[in-house]
Amino acid sequence: MAGNFLPAAKLTASGRPVLDSGEVECSLLSTVDLHSEDLLAFPLLKSGLLILTTHRLLWLSSDSNTPTAVYIPLSTIQHIFSTKKSIKSMFHSPRVRFQVSTTPEGHVSEKGLKSLVITLILRGKTDIDSFLGKFWDAWRGRAWETSGSATESGPGSGSREGSESLALKVPVVGVSGILRKEQEMWESTDKSLQDAFQDLNALMSKAKEMVVLAERMRLKLLSGSNNQTSETNDDDMGTKEEMQDWLLSVGIASPVTKESAGALYHQQLSRQLADFVKKPLERAGGMINLIDIYCLFNRARGTELISPDDLRQACSLWEKFDTPVMLRKFDSGVMVIQNKTHSDDEVFSRIRSLVLKPDALRTGISASDAAMTLGVAPAMAKEYLLAAEGKGFLCRDVSSDGFRFYINLFPEISPDDRYFVKDHGIYSMWISAVSFRLAFFTDYKEVGKSIFWTMTVDFMENKLPSGCQIYSEAYKIPELFFFL
Amino acid sequence: MQTLGEFKLPHFFNYPPYFTLQPVRDTREKQIQLWKELILDYCRTQKVFVIGLDEDFQLFSNPTIERSLSHEAREAFLSALVSEGRAEWLDKGHRKCLILWHRIQDWADLILHFENGLEDSVMTVEEIRSGVESRGTELHGMDRTILMRALKLLEHKGKLAIFKGTSADDEGVKFSI
Repeated sequence: MAGNFLPAAKLTASGRPVLDSGEVECSLLSTVDLHSEDLLAFPLLKSGLLILTTHRLLWLSSDSNTPTAVYIPLSTIQHIFSTKKSIKSMFHSPRVRFQVSTTPEGHVSEKGLKSLVITLILRGKTDIDSFLGKFWDAWRGRAWETSGSATESGPGSGSREGSESLALKVPVVGVSGILRKEQEMWESTDKSLQDAFQDLNALMSKAKEMVVLAERMRLKLLSGSNNQTSETNDDDMGTKEEMQDWLLSVGIASPVTKESAGALYHQQLSRQLADFVKKPLERAGGMINLIDIYCLFNRARGTELISPDDLRQACSLWEKFDTPVMLRKFDSGVMVIQNKTHSDDEVFSRIRSLVLKPDALRTGISASDAAMTLGVAPAMAKEYLLAAEGKGFLCRDVSSDGFRFYINLFPEISPDDRYFVKDHGIYSMWISAVSFRLAFFTDYKEVGKSIFWTMTVDFMENKLPSGCQIYSEAYKIPELFFFL
Repeated sequence: MQTLGEFKLPHFFNYPPYFTLQPVRDTREKQIQLWKELILDYCRTQKVFVIGLDEDFQLFSNPTIERSLSHEAREAFLSALVSEGRAEWLDKGHRKCLILWHRIQDWADLILHFENGLEDSVMTVEEIRSGVESRGTELHGMDRTILMRALKLLEHKGKLAIFKGTSADDEGVKFSI
């Protein structure tokens, strides 16, 4: 569409722009037209989403059938015109005009010889002065000049950008050289951290550096196991998991805020949330409590925290566009986020195998037991157990021992004869499991219609407890294998 | 096999969920059914006529698995029996429950059958439930409240007449021929 004049912008799966390293969003406006009066061939981009960042001005179309995204690098802007306040302008939608440099063909380019005036028509409810102010700040900030250059240090940055630059300055001689290099890097990191935490504003500007630092630390941890010269004792390796958790939470350098998005706040938040949620969801085993996401998301944002209401609204907006995640509410009222492809049946069959183990037949399972087997948080495991109970697979047992679940035997009990036990069924399996108190089952195997039990028996007295024989006849267990 | 007195307990008596009131409807219906039958059969064999909810009723606890029915569960199961006409609450607070493992009509039939085999058509109420003739029959040791209800039912049907006896505290029954 605008391919010849404006470069195309990359989008994520949820329709959010992919930001470059160091790029931070400043403002979002809806229903914005973009066109140029100078060039007739320049396309008229109508009613799109305008996103101002520290590096670019992006325009996204709202038409979901033909999604388009283009951008204008701020570096190509030569001049921003001030708004003329007149009686005429009071009745029209506010306009912002600026001049960009272009190639002779009209393609927007930094070192172009020709120029073009582009007009933005802000049709939505906007505060033009506020946007203009941010536009000026972003353009004058020239953020694109500091990022992307690893060897020169930008204005105001207190730490060195890369250990590679250090390595060039200090002669590396053997092990001591390597150790010294490490030492200097850690010292500069330490100083950087100290500077950052003294002043919250300084922290915001250091945010980009922090993310770079975190990324480097992550790589260092990953290679830590291969490094033979660094002191990797057990303590270090133990906290590796903690470090990864912490690193996960510093993933976002560009929070969508009410200020920058205005009326679009929930929409953009919703998309950003959909992107963010993918990794924690995987780590949580496919289902994560909404409260946990609230904590993780806010931690990642750092400042500009969102309220629980914002979160819930953001999740409910997922229905409106195509996301791989969904919000789910259990009967108990607990709300979770899970993948759309998630299958309950698969979890139920895993639960069923768990409760049929001899230990579980005897004493049931708790939410923590299920959590360990299913690889989810105990609160999530409890929701699954309650759901399985609702389907009739499990029964609850509430006592001073706590809240436990057993395989549901009630359907197996004959309504006509309460003493009748069918051969080869779950009922007879359960009876055998609870009856052998002196012997312990370690495994069972179903082969066709028979059940093969493996058990250990207390051989202290050098013979089987006398009760065994009677029980095995009464409950007709086909075969018993004994092992020491 | 476990027993309570002479009553043989089923295997599911050792199943812990049996002692927790189940919330899921289908499961609870089955649970209630099993408890109703168990209570009736137990009361019949042990000749229990009244269950007090606040008292220790052996059937409602299983020390082997360390479980017993909560007050709420006991009331739920007994109420189910009441709804079916196999029990009656003796007080508004639902603290005592009369168990009709024979319905009143069944008791009435048993009384008539018993009377048939007798020569005397007049006897006291006490004699019916504890006299020599009643020994060995189901009437022996039966609950007085239930006996009176059955007799009143029969009186209503014209099968007998109840009258006050010679001693101040006992009534008598004269059977119609």
